Amino acid sequence: MQDDPTPQEILTRVAHFLRQAAMPALTAPHLAFQARVAANAVDLVIRQLDLGAAGEAAEHDRLRTLIGRDDSLTSLNTALADGIAAGSIDPANPLVAAHLLATSREKIAVDQPHYAALPMKDD
Amino acid sequence: MNQAALERLAARIAPGPLGEMVRLSGGATQQLWRFSIGDVSYVLRRHGQGAPPAAIGVSLSDEARLIEAAGAKGVPVPRIVHVLTPEDDLGDGFVMAHVAGEALGARIVRSPELATARQRLARQCGDALSRIHAIDMRKLTGLARQSPADIVEQWHRAYRDGTVRRPVFEAAFRWLGAQCPEPSAAPALVHGDFRNGNIMVDADGLAAVLDWELAHIGDPMEDLGWICVNSWRFGRTDLPVGGFGTSDDFYAGYEAAGGHIDRANVRWWEMLGTLRWGVMTTGSLARVRDGDMSIERAMIARRTSETEIDLVAMLAA
Repeated sequence: MQDDPTPQEILTRVAHFLRQAAMPALTAPHLAFQARVAANAVDLVIRQLDLGAAGEAAEHDRLRTLIGRDDSLTSLNTALADGIAAGSIDPANPLVAAHLLATSREKIAVDQPHYAALPMKDD
Repeated sequence: MNQAALERLAARIAPGPLGEMVRLSGGATQQLWRFSIGDVSYVLRRHGQGAPPAAIGVSLSDEARLIEAAGAKGVPVPRIVHVLTPEDDLGDGFVMAHVAGEALGARIVRSPELATARQRLARQCGDALSRIHAIDMRKLTGLARQSPADIVEQWHRAYRDGTVRRPVFEAAFRWLGAQCPEPSAAPALVHGDFRNGNIMVDADGLAAVLDWELAHIGDPMEDLGWICVNSWRFGRTDLPVGGFGTSDDFYAGYEAAGGHIDRANVRWWEMLGTLRWGVMTTGSLARVRDGDMSIERAMIARRTSETEIDLVAMLAA
C-alpha cells in the first residue's frame, strides 16, 4: 500500500505553487499564461482522480444495458457509435438520449466543471 | 527574421526609425508580428520562408485582396499597407495598419469599458456580414467553393481520421446529413471564421474583422451560425451572438444592410459549427500523441466534451 498524502493532496500543492508562487514571479506574459494553464491542467487531473472511475463505471453499466452484452467500455462505446452511424440505434430513443446526456455531464464535470453549457430543453 | 530585409521593407512603407518586432501570436509557420515606423504601428502577417502553403484556406496575397475588397464595401478591416513580393525576401504575407482595441473574446464579453460597445456590436456584426456576403466574387481568386454537403463530408473525414469513436458526434452527423440544405441558390463570399475572438472591438463597437484565411464561396448562412456557437459565448449562454448580443439585433443589422436570412438554415449551421469546433479539438489529441509538449494543446483536446454537451442539448431541442 502506498503511503499518503494521496495523489490529489500532492497535486493540490503543485497547483497552489503554480498559482501563488510561479505565476507572480513569471514576468514574461506568455510564461505566466502557461503557468496558469498548467495549474488548470493539474486541477483537471485532480478531478479525474476524484470522479473519473465512478463516471466511467456508470457509463459502462448503461452501455451494457443499451448494447445488451458485456465487453470493454471502449468496445461498447464503439458499438453505440457504430449503431448510431448505421441508423440501427436511434439517438432520440429516451434511453439512448439519457445516456448521451449523462455521459456528457460526467465528462464535463472533469474537463470543465464551470463550462456554461447550452440549457437542456426541459431544464 | 531577416533584419536587413525588414529594414528595406520598412523604408518602402514609410520614412522613420524601425522599432522592435514583437511576435503577437501564431504557430511556427503562420506568424503575426507588430512593429512601428516612427509613431505608427503596423502588423506583418506572414508565412516563414520554406513553409508549405496552408492545406486549406486562401493564400496570404489572396487574403490581402479579400480584406481590401471588404474594406471597399464598408466592412471595418485593417488597412492593407503592402503585400510582400519575392524581392522583399520575407516569404509570403502582407503588412496592415495596426487596429487598436480588444480582440480577446472573454474580455469583449465582460469588460466594463466595452459595455456601450456590446449594445451595438451584434447589429454591427450583422451589418458587416451582410456587406461581406454582397462582395462581387468574380474579382476574387484562390477561393474554394464548398456546398453544405461538402463541408459535412470534410469534417466527417477529419473525425474519422481520429481513433476515438464518439456516439454524440455520430448523432450530430446523422442529424446534419438528414437536414442538409441544398447548395445555396445565391452562393456568396463566406468569411469562414467570423466569431468572437476574430474581431477587434473598441469603445464604439466593431473596429475590424480579422483572420480571413478560411474564406470560401458557399452558403452565407454559414457565417451566421458560426458566430452563435456556444464556445464563443464565453459563459453568456443567454446571448447567442458571441456572448454579447441577441439574434434580433444581429438579424436586424444583417437585413438592414440588404441581406436575406434563412433562419432554419442558420440553426443547421450552428450545429455544424459546434461539431466542427469539436472535431478541431480532437485534432489536438493527434498533435499531443505526435509529441507536441504544449500544455495548452493538451488542454484543448479536453475541450471536446464542451461541444458534446452542447450538441446533446441542440439535438434534444
